[in-house]
Amino acid sequence: MELTLAIAIGVLTGSGVWLVLRPRTYQLVIGLSLLSYAVNLFIFSMGRLRVGAAPVLGADGSGNPADFADPVPQALVLTAIVIGFATTALLLVVLIAARGLTGSDHVDGRESR
Amino acid sequence: MEWTRHLLVVPILLPLVTGALLLLIDESHHTLKALVSLASTVLLLLASVVLTRMANSVPVERGIVSLSYAVASWPAPLAIVLVLDRLSALMLVLVAVIGLASLVFSLARWHRAGPHFHTLFQFLLMGLAGAFLTGDLFNLFVFFEVTLAASYGLLLHGSGAFRVRSGLHYIAINLAASLLFLIGVSLIYGVTGTLNMADLAVRLHAVPAGDRMLLQAGAAILGIAFLVKAGVWPLCFWLPSAYMAAAAPVSAIFVILTKVGVYVLLRLSLLLFGSQAGELTGFGGTVMLWGGLVTVAFATSGVLASQAMGRLAGYSVLVSSGTLLAAVGMGDAAVVSGALFYLVSSTLTTAAFFMLIELVERAREPGADLLAVTREAYGEDGGEDEERDDEEVGVVMPGALAILGVCFGCVALLLAGLPPLSGFVAKFAMLTGMLNLYGLGTPASIPPRTWLLVALVILSGLAALLAMMRSGIGTFWAPLETVVPRVLVVEIAPVAGLLVLCLFLTVKGGAMIEYTEAAALSLHDPSSYIQGVLGPEQAKAVAR
Repeated sequence: MELTLAIAIGVLTGSGVWLVLRPRTYQLVIGLSLLSYAVNLFIFSMGRLRVGAAPVLGADGSGNPADFADPVPQALVLTAIVIGFATTALLLVVLIAARGLTGSDHVDGRESR
Repeated sequence: MEWTRHLLVVPILLPLVTGALLLLIDESHHTLKALVSLASTVLLLLASVVLTRMANSVPVERGIVSLSYAVASWPAPLAIVLVLDRLSALMLVLVAVIGLASLVFSLARWHRAGPHFHTLFQFLLMGLAGAFLTGDLFNLFVFFEVTLAASYGLLLHGSGAFRVRSGLHYIAINLAASLLFLIGVSLIYGVTGTLNMADLAVRLHAVPAGDRMLLQAGAAILGIAFLVKAGVWPLCFWLPSAYMAAAAPVSAIFVILTKVGVYVLLRLSLLLFGSQAGELTGFGGTVMLWGGLVTVAFATSGVLASQAMGRLAGYSVLVSSGTLLAAVGMGDAAVVSGALFYLVSSTLTTAAFFMLIELVERAREPGADLLAVTREAYGEDGGEDEERDDEEVGVVMPGALAILGVCFGCVALLLAGLPPLSGFVAKFAMLTGMLNLYGLGTPASIPPRTWLLVALVILSGLAALLAMMRSGIGTFWAPLETVVPRVLVVEIAPVAGLLVLCLFLTVKGGAMIEYTEAAALSLHDPSSYIQGVLGPEQAKAVAR
């Protein structure tokens, strides 16, 4: 479980960083999105991973409060998702405006050569 | 709880409600929107002045120096808490003053250049006030994002290719920095289990040695996010062009955005890694000191190399950030006190400078400017002509060129740190703190890095003086046919107002230094901050 999550976060971050460093605006947006997925998973994992634990209480009313997943990181992830979604949408608008105004999808508005 | 305590939430709620209300008013009602926005900003200024008096009325010696306000009345470590102390009150007043000045400036022309200027402006003020008042890390993130989201909109205000291009860079950099912020916050939460800053300072002692590395990594990543905002070298290349591209009133309010980064670094480094932090004491101080030093050196060469005045002002912002970071990195109370004075003075100066540039640029003949991008940035490619009719409304300033010249001279003196204005007092206070490590009159051996900082602070002043002289001569004296610019009273008044405030800072220098000294002392005594938020028992646990 830990290994799978760690690899997933690593792959997302690696591809995200690579894409962010590319010169096209579309690659930039996708790169930032991948990075934010990775970060969201990372925040989530900071609440510790548990397999098979009861969400609140077991069916028979039993349950150890120490077994519950920490709700705070989950709340943080929700906020981070919402904010990330909004800012990515804004970035898309700017991207389209930049494409229209400069006639190029290069992040500097013109080809480097 | 006395009713005055509720004032703590006013600087956040007031701009939020105003911004939301302004959305409902149609764009065609310019005047009404402007009046509502202006009224809200004036009220914000009044509220922050009252809050400053409240913060200043609590005694600094071993008393509660922070006032906390539990939103929704839940007890402190669980709930969202707002904390007021001398530092945050000072920053609030600064936000309100710069906000008022740039809002008044925008009323001449800029607020009609695109939709929803006033709404975005109020949200920006809300985010800034929230970032300065909040007492926990995650709300800091939220308020930070509110500020950034509003600033994205404001940077693009007025549109144009140059603005959109630098806006794209600005947004991309800030999104990446926000992700680092989140990683840092969640690492710290994962190790300590709390996000409340005061609670964090308490629990830091209980972190087992094995987890300390993770905590340090979290704090370092968090720090990098703020270093990006503050514009430390080599994370600052986006800053000069973004600030140059923004409309004049927008870049004036943006000056305070870099100070948010500095503020958070100052607050967190002294609260979490102050003298009581055991093995973690002084964590990150060296990075901030050297980062600041390199930033000052880089920005000084930038100031000398700038052809356009907008870029010159952008590099001046970097000089100010670098100096502040280096001073924070030194971590000494006297230096921090001088640095706070410098923060106020340099923020007022650079904000006035950005607005002044637009007025001065009008005096230049088109084509006299070496960089075509500047003209593009100020929207002279067609956009202005359409609005000429509107401009006829309003009182035109007589003797515009003389007044602009005087203001320009004042800005030059302030940036260079020459007497008689507050730039000199600020640098003098900082240098005194650096050279008298153990108080005045006690001999101390000064380490080489302090001499380096002293030299850089003085050299950056010299560079600013040279650069300002060069552009001043080029603008006011060299042109054969001077175009007398049309300057409205409402445009020159905020610039003059900010400069008069700087003069006032000089005259009232003693009172101001007393205030910043008290602020610096309380920052160096984290237990008093913790006592204000969590109560006396927790504070004792830290102080022992």
